[in-house]
Amino acid sequence: MHNLTVAKIIKGLKNKDFSSFELTQHYLDRIKNSDLNAFISITEDEALSQAKEADKKITKGDSSILTGMPYAHKDIFCTKGVKTSAGSKMLDSFISPYDATVTKKLNNENMVMLGKTNMDEFAMGSSNENSYFGPVQNPWDINKVPGGSSGGSAAAVAARLSPFATGTDTGGSIRQPASLCGITGLKPTYGRISRYGMIAYASSLDQAGPMTQTVEDAAIILNAMAGFDKHDSTSANKSVPDYTQCLENSINGLKIGLPKEYFSEGLDSGVEKIVMQSIKEYESMGAEIKEISLPNSVHAIPAYYIVAPCECSSNLSRFDGVRYGYRCKAPKDLNDLYLRSRSEGFGEEVKRRIMIGAYALSAGYYDAYYLKAQKVRQLISEDFKKAFNKVDVIMGPVSPTVAFDLGSVKDPVSMYLADIYTLSVNLAGLPGMSIPAGFSGNLPVGLQLIGNHWSEELLLNVAHQFQMRTDWHNNSPAEK
Amino acid sequence: MSLDNKKVKEIAHLARLNIEDSDIEQATAELNNILSLMDKLGEIDTGDAEPMAHPLKMSQRLREDKVLEDDLSEEFQAIAPKTGKGHFLVPTVIE
Repeated sequence: MHNLTVAKIIKGLKNKDFSSFELTQHYLDRIKNSDLNAFISITEDEALSQAKEADKKITKGDSSILTGMPYAHKDIFCTKGVKTSAGSKMLDSFISPYDATVTKKLNNENMVMLGKTNMDEFAMGSSNENSYFGPVQNPWDINKVPGGSSGGSAAAVAARLSPFATGTDTGGSIRQPASLCGITGLKPTYGRISRYGMIAYASSLDQAGPMTQTVEDAAIILNAMAGFDKHDSTSANKSVPDYTQCLENSINGLKIGLPKEYFSEGLDSGVEKIVMQSIKEYESMGAEIKEISLPNSVHAIPAYYIVAPCECSSNLSRFDGVRYGYRCKAPKDLNDLYLRSRSEGFGEEVKRRIMIGAYALSAGYYDAYYLKAQKVRQLISEDFKKAFNKVDVIMGPVSPTVAFDLGSVKDPVSMYLADIYTLSVNLAGLPGMSIPAGFSGNLPVGLQLIGNHWSEELLLNVAHQFQMRTDWHNNSPAEK
Repeated sequence: MSLDNKKVKEIAHLARLNIEDSDIEQATAELNNILSLMDKLGEIDTGDAEPMAHPLKMSQRLREDKVLEDDLSEEFQAIAPKTGKGHFLVPTVIE
């Protein structure tokens, strides 16, 4: 039952092959028997009562296609009455008094939340090792990282602990763990999905998206997550198409761009081989392959690691031990309250990024860092604009390597450098995907697809056609 | 631009973070390591590129200035570390 896709569960619920309650119970049992540490909270009681409610609605015919669908929710989305920790000690005791818009949208369909997934603290990390709740294991090899920051969500879907999961992507946090865990992940255009109630890391980059087994599932779930929200001032007031409608379109004559900068030194040869095999597959489907250049993409790392920490230092100033979250014991005065609550509540990587941001924004340094990074961001965005005059989609690797050993990357800079292929997409606000493309050794490799602004329909179509010809997405890790 | 321990202490103060004296050497080394990566920005010729603050060049939407939400102050204060008479309480600032 747990290998079913969202699309198949929709059919099964409709045909009464199983009830939402049976399905939910089955996944909850799997989650409780799993040692991956993919979940921070398991919301068993709520899930079972949501499932009963959903079954009643289905019987009455008062349901949508997603009614009764179980899912795992990244612990960055506020959930009313349920702990929302963002992977931090700072919010370990935070029971959200309200729902994020994404949560509300999924609730409105009477979907069933199984629990909240583990993540790098405040979404800062690429390995899930920065979680206060401990690292997540990669289900393909428990000694490897699942990627991050949506590592718990990726591991949960890969290990079939949930039919799908939500994720967020600020610099690759949906695509990179999707690649490292062998699942499908979509980061939509900036503004497509509401950020309201999604705990902020870097507001001009953060975007939510679905993490699923298949592209078809990603289209179904994007339908449910996307749309304008008056509570988010950066949400786009743009109609939402039915993303499942274009999946079957032919891609004969599609122009695919391969940025030469994405195939340079540093790319693991095993990963490169799989990516090139996938490109060949597209060629055999009638696509035309063109080499392109994104000359400024090499500057994405310094630009991102200025813009994101600056925004984070500002966003995370709200955690002061006064209104919610962690407060230190026996503060001797107000300054001590701020200092110790923040120093004890935040983990090392979060503190590091806050410090970098505070420095880059401080008097005398703003022009050299933040303003300069915003200019480089413009250049990166213009590169893409030029490229999309010549090609329909861009393809390349997601991550330079497959999943690496837990605990093996200790230097923050080395960890940042591994984000090279994902950061530009966020800086330019573009949609991007990772789809399973094969294995190097025993570990999955993802293929990255990048589209122009608002081209999710085309991206999903192109990705779905690949899954019609391959079955990498049907692979799941061996059960212990 | 290389930071010394004193400057790192200043930044920590700006960010309201505490760095113990025993950790300062390591913190300074780590930040300098990261900044050496960021300093590559200075070598890029950005010409007359306009700084990009929003990926889609959208402007901030404004709405009418009126109350839309219910008063949820009790729910919001229920999760605060310390409250009293509708206020968030902190250590005494003025005797």
